[in-house]
Amino acid sequence: MTVGLHHYLVVSALLFSLGLFGVLARRNLLVIYMSLELMLNAANLALVAFSRYHANLKGQVMVFFIITVAAAEVAVGLALIVALYRRRGTAHVEDLNSLRL
Amino acid sequence: MTASPSDPFPTHFQDLAWAVLMLPLVSALFITLGLRRSRVLTTTLSLSAVATGFGLSVWLFFLYGVSGARAAATPLPWLSVPGLDIHLGLTVDSLSTLMLMVVTGVSFLVHLYSTGYMEDDPEYARYFASLGFFTFSMLGIVLSDNFVQTFIFWELVGVSSYLLVGFWYDKPAAADAAKKAFLTNRVGDFGFLLGILLIWAATGTVAFDGVAAKIGADPALFGSLGSLAGVLVFLGAVGKSAQLPLHVWLPDAMEGPTPVSALIHAATMVAAGVYMLCRVFFLFGATPAWPEPLGFLGSLSALDVIAWTGGLTSLVAGVIAIQQDDIKRILAYSTLSQLGYMVMAVGCGGPDAAMFHLTTHACFKALLFLGAGAVIYACHHEQDIWKMGGLASRMPITFWTFLIATAALCGVPVVTSGFYSKDAIFASTLASGRPVLFGLGVLVAGLTTLYMARLVMIAFLGAPRSEAAGHAADPGRNMTLPLLILAVPSVALGWLPLGNYLRHALLPSAPIHAADGPSDVFFEPFNHSPLGAFFGLGMVIFGLSIACAAYWGAAADPFPARLPRLSRALRNRLYLDEIYQATVIPLHDGIAALAAGVDRWIVRGFFVNGLSGGMDLFGRALRLLQTGNLQTYAFLFVAGVALVVLLALK
Repeated sequence: MTVGLHHYLVVSALLFSLGLFGVLARRNLLVIYMSLELMLNAANLALVAFSRYHANLKGQVMVFFIITVAAAEVAVGLALIVALYRRRGTAHVEDLNSLRL
Repeated sequence: MTASPSDPFPTHFQDLAWAVLMLPLVSALFITLGLRRSRVLTTTLSLSAVATGFGLSVWLFFLYGVSGARAAATPLPWLSVPGLDIHLGLTVDSLSTLMLMVVTGVSFLVHLYSTGYMEDDPEYARYFASLGFFTFSMLGIVLSDNFVQTFIFWELVGVSSYLLVGFWYDKPAAADAAKKAFLTNRVGDFGFLLGILLIWAATGTVAFDGVAAKIGADPALFGSLGSLAGVLVFLGAVGKSAQLPLHVWLPDAMEGPTPVSALIHAATMVAAGVYMLCRVFFLFGATPAWPEPLGFLGSLSALDVIAWTGGLTSLVAGVIAIQQDDIKRILAYSTLSQLGYMVMAVGCGGPDAAMFHLTTHACFKALLFLGAGAVIYACHHEQDIWKMGGLASRMPITFWTFLIATAALCGVPVVTSGFYSKDAIFASTLASGRPVLFGLGVLVAGLTTLYMARLVMIAFLGAPRSEAAGHAADPGRNMTLPLLILAVPSVALGWLPLGNYLRHALLPSAPIHAADGPSDVFFEPFNHSPLGAFFGLGMVIFGLSIACAAYWGAAADPFPARLPRLSRALRNRLYLDEIYQATVIPLHDGIAALAAGVDRWIVRGFFVNGLSGGMDLFGRALRLLQTGNLQTYAFLFVAGVALVVLLALK
């Protein structure tokens, strides 16, 4: 059996769905954050797969950028979560609704 | 000075009319804006403005009026759109210059008189500012050369009369009277406005000259609306000149200061209606016709309507005047009656007679009112004639001038101006072939003598009936001087060839009787319209003898005892106010309630509040979606994306 584009895409879709499920269903902000990363990487995987399939490196260049930007984003996001936890003593999304009218 | 406008030099003197018009306004503005504190400055400014206006009017009269030349002052463009060109223009001709003199002359004397009468009033400056504004408005009507401008100044007269009648606005009666005058006039003005629109629609112009030319070229221009155009315009005069059935505001307007009554009743406001009718007399040259729903009126012309309205007004007002006890109200009803005469004369095709009577009436009615003001002033604001008496010896100047004016109003032959003008009116009714109206006019002449003789006998003769009347004395010089000045034209105006002057101005094609020597100057009515003159003389004697029989030395009015029912009806002004109270007012209130209901429930309730309420409800429903829960938003977001993808793929 040769591994083709379809296989990569299926894996990517599975990863994305898992991530989405995690974002929608989990309560802990940290876990939601990890699920978001999962969705991001699902997209990365799809990009790399397409890049290889089309023999075009532009997709892979894009992925490198995404990874670096995501690293910065994680640094900021985690810092925010830590600050939020210190201030409120919780990291659960149900408790964070003070913007509601 | 008989310069004709073809001379190169005086051709622009007609622009002085602008000065005559604007001077009272300027004085009113300055008084309102800055001079309220200073009585001396207020007096000086307003008196000199009107006096200058009078001087210029006299000059214009000799320059343009006497020569019969017609000139237009440089117009100011105001509104110009395709199909409608309106400018503020001033006509300077025989008619307007004569009226200018009357208005500014009487206004000046009223100003002068007011400096005495209103001396102690704390609102002295406001009074003079209103007086100036009123004079300005009236002059605007006099000089106007188109319908729209006339209408604008017409309304300004309404506003300024509101200010003057309601001058003592803290008195509820005065405030009500001002409101009544304003609203009653509104009814007539509505008709006037419709008339102007009709004329504009039919002729495409609102200028007097333009409309006159079009009607002259084609009298059937209005088609089936020929009579209606005249009647609608006449409605404006019905309001302003207080004809039946809109006369009710005038007696109530007596609540204003007495000099104001003199001004309103003599030269301005009520005269505006008659003057306007004379000015637009060409309108009645249109072929009489009525639209289909009014077809039963047949060939009834606008002039018939006018003549009969005037005749009935003069009769009803004359009858009511007999049983009034308030000196100013007697004079008010007498004004109504005389205005009825003038309107009747216009309706009988005699605008010259109407204007003649307007001019003489302006002098003697102003004199009567100012005299009444002097009496009221002397009797400490007592207006009931039964509480006066014996004033003749205590107030000789007032008495004799009042007597002269009374004689003029009654039309005592030869020695008063009223005789000549009244005779001209009788002659016009006969000339137009309306003997019934002639009889009516003669009857009213008898009534006039009766109620005026009653007034003089009770108020001035006999013994004083009250403390105040016993101590009365002639007022100061600035109040007696106007009386003396006005007495002169009240006597002598009829000797001038004013009738011919007006006939030449208003009915250029009519024959002119030139006087054949001095006897014809004085006895002209007996020679040219003997029927009117002799009947008039007879009615003066008749009315006087009845008055002497009933009121000479009478302690109380014998009339209520003899004819209690009639007397009560007359004292209640034939219940006309009550009838309006019972019919027109509820009808009006009903319509107003309906309109208010539509506004409240449909416009505001349904459209305005309904729309905003619906939006509010929608907003509240949408707010339920905002849970504050991050994951709900995320879920909705994902669902939205899924929906879009689904739609895009389909």
